[in-house]
Amino acid sequence: MDLQAIAFYLLAAITVASGLLVITARNPVHSVLFLILAFFTAAGLFVMLGAEFLAMLLVVVYVGAVAVLFLFVVMMLDVDFSQLREGFSRYLPIGMVVGGVLAIEMILVATTVANRGAASLNAAPANPDAALPNAEAIGRVLYTDYVYFFQAAGLVLLVAMIGAIVLTLRHRPGVRRQNIADQVARTLESGMEIVQIKSGEGLSE
Amino acid sequence: MTIGLIHYLSVAAILFTIGVLGIFVNRKNIIVILMSIELILLAVNINLVAFSAYLHDVVGQIFAMFVLTVAAAEAAVGLAILVTFFRNRGDIAVDDASVMKG
Repeated sequence: MDLQAIAFYLLAAITVASGLLVITARNPVHSVLFLILAFFTAAGLFVMLGAEFLAMLLVVVYVGAVAVLFLFVVMMLDVDFSQLREGFSRYLPIGMVVGGVLAIEMILVATTVANRGAASLNAAPANPDAALPNAEAIGRVLYTDYVYFFQAAGLVLLVAMIGAIVLTLRHRPGVRRQNIADQVARTLESGMEIVQIKSGEGLSE
Repeated sequence: MTIGLIHYLSVAAILFTIGVLGIFVNRKNIIVILMSIELILLAVNINLVAFSAYLHDVVGQIFAMFVLTVAAAEAAVGLAILVTFFRNRGDIAVDDASVMKG
């Protein structure tokens, strides 16, 4: 067994094990941490396939942003998570049956595709240390043939950002806030009022 | 024994199955359901990158990047909806989320 096989089996085992722990952990914080581990080892698999740019993207975007967002929300919500685990053992048998059938089917299809499909013509993955580095190869295609898709992806992120802000922003009633437009538009006339008070009557609110 | 395309496809298939199983068994916990969806999308990405590497075609990695983008947007909006739901109900039980039913 050469070094590449050892590395692959190690990374694959850690990915699958942490994936299983994501769905079985009692504490959702542990689930998020195992999700981070799964993404990290999957990035290792990407490096083995010669997709260094996507591996770094996975670490930066997922481990750095999405998983931390999950962690933030899980810690922010004050929920009794033990009662959310109701029905875990009830749905486990049917889940195992469906999952087992699904996995066997997909592995059979994958075996056929890998042995007879178009990809079987190349015995090895694309050489990572070829003349063109991975990031440059992606950039050459992404910014030319797929530039409109690239822009659309940016639009998707913009809509998601605006949507998340609109959904979570709230104005509490009764909280005094600074209104800069009102302050700037204030004039001497609007800011001051002269009231003539009759003597002996006082001022009522 | 050399590592071929089939090994990567098998890992992706197992990870996909784990994601589907996670949705089955954690029916009440929407946070774990969202994490299972992330696992499923990760499995899809492994498939795309593996085929991209073995077909010597970089377009698969471009598509994986777009999948990553959409997954990030989905996580952001999903968690925002979750936070709003928790604020309104004080609870995140999925069974209670039928108030929009006509």
